[in-house]
Amino acid sequence: MKFPMTIAALALAALMPAADAAALSETGDPLASARWGEMEKSFLAGAPVLFDPRVKVIAPSMAEDPLQVPVTVDATQLGKVVEVLVFADFNPIVQVLRFYPEHASAYLGFRVKLQQSTPVRAAVRTADGIWHVGGTWVNTVGGGCTAPAGSAAAKDWQQRLNAVSGRQWSTGPNAGRLRLRIEHPMDTGLVAGTPAFHLEEIDFHDAAGQRLMRLQTFEPVSENPVFTLQAGENAGAVEASGRDNNGNAFRARIAP
Amino acid sequence: MKYCAMKRRLAFLLAGLSGLLPGLLPAAEFDYALQARKVADGVYAFIGRTEDFTMENGGNIVNTGFIVAPAGLIVIDSGPSLRYGRQMRQSMTAQTGKSPVMLINTHHHPDHFLGNQAFADLPIGALPATVKGIAEEGNAFAENLFRLSGDWMKDTEVQVPNKTLAVGTSDIAGRRLRLIALDGHTGADLAVYDETSGVLFAGDLAFNRRAPTTPHADVTRWLAALDTLEAITREPGFTALVPGHGEVSRDAQPIRQTRAWLTWLQGALRRAAQAGQDMNEVLELPVAPDFAQWPQARSEYRRSVGHLFPAAEQGVLEGRY
Ligand SMILES: [Zn+2]
Repeated sequence: MKFPMTIAALALAALMPAADAAALSETGDPLASARWGEMEKSFLAGAPVLFDPRVKVIAPSMAEDPLQVPVTVDATQLGKVVEVLVFADFNPIVQVLRFYPEHASAYLGFRVKLQQSTPVRAAVRTADGIWHVGGTWVNTVGGGCTAPAGSAAAKDWQQRLNAVSGRQWSTGPNAGRLRLRIEHPMDTGLVAGTPAFHLEEIDFHDAAGQRLMRLQTFEPVSENPVFTLQAGENAGAVEASGRDNNGNAFRARIAP
Repeated sequence: MKYCAMKRRLAFLLAGLSGLLPGLLPAAEFDYALQARKVADGVYAFIGRTEDFTMENGGNIVNTGFIVAPAGLIVIDSGPSLRYGRQMRQSMTAQTGKSPVMLINTHHHPDHFLGNQAFADLPIGALPATVKGIAEEGNAFAENLFRLSGDWMKDTEVQVPNKTLAVGTSDIAGRRLRLIALDGHTGADLAVYDETSGVLFAGDLAFNRRAPTTPHADVTRWLAALDTLEAITREPGFTALVPGHGEVSRDAQPIRQTRAWLTWLQGALRRAAQAGQDMNEVLELPVAPDFAQWPQARSEYRRSVGHLFPAAEQGVLEGRY
């Protein structure tokens, strides 16, 4: 894979500001993770890979609560993005989520459960087939993945399962933003006696019926997930629909 | 489910930056050098540092105290470890020539009750929810203090209070005490007012020039509790307030400061949620200039975002405010 990657890297570097171009790298994980090789093999095998500073992964370097670690992925500097895969090298379940931004920006905020200190990465595939990888280390003191979800302790969680609340912002600095919360225990299946029970798929459509984003979620996404999207200022009422791995479906409309 | 709740709160409470600082050696022989300060006639307090738990301070970041009653000493909170409890007991007996007859735990945070073992031969009283909280979460709290404070914690085990306190004014060991059941810092916060001296032990409902901690907080309830405490400071006999953390005060200043912080915090998180901000953006917001210089202001703010922002956000997304 070395030869095609080099051509790709050179072509990219020519289009980028000097500082970013200097940081582009085809080899050498900037996060120096012992599991990078394994990650690349499992998720990106066979395709060209570039460590690309334009893929921003924002998360606290010290996570106060390993069950709710906020992560923001921003790949909007990359041009047309086909797919974004988020994973955490040292999590017992590595894959966090995948999203396919269609008419929405390549941007997503969410929260994740981490079991131990780990890189959190986004691999972003552009239309030319290259994976652009960005990431950051998150240090944590406790286990997030083997702790049962807290909402199951609440008496009414079954009634509220898949209840969606959300809002769109049409003015101010966050105009075009959509935030959405879904009640779900997001059980990982790693706690004895509690099978995996988590949201699997969420689709966002704008008022004109165009798909904004397709989102696949896995066990490490935090309980009662909250997502932040850039739906755009002209999306109108957005429809969010999805289901969990037990087939429980939901559909909700979030008006601007 | 209990285990889960425990793990989660633990992380909230104890994920301190302090655990990351290596190389600080504990003081010789793990001596906390406890020296009680006189607050009023027959009322003393041990004032801890306004820091986070470290290998160096051994968890001596909390205020404890005692009241000299006719029958003996009434002890208020026991500190973060068995060593602390033992040294505290020795120090106050040396200072007064009297023995403790009773221990009161103000609430179920580990820096306030992990010295209980040193008083296991005495009645140890607390509010019912505090007794329950210590029984359920105490071990997990202790485990994390071992991680943060190391050998200072040696042999420390959880000693659950053996007595449920009734609130109201009564004679305890021959001294007139008013026990006030409040909540908001945790689900049960006990304040103790010594009618004889006019000293109010506010527990962690009041912090003095130290950013308040919020792992189990209900801010609205906490603000109501502060109003109740402030009314006591307006009584003619009031002379001093011993906060849970920070210096003793002769007025209601710690109450007003704690109220100002909580009001700012609640407002800031709500405004951020209303503006559509994501948690990562909220974590980066500045602490208001009035508080920015307080010890731990930045780190407590960031922890509080984790504790309190999800509810503020939910309120906005559900259209409640
Ligand atoms: Zn406390």
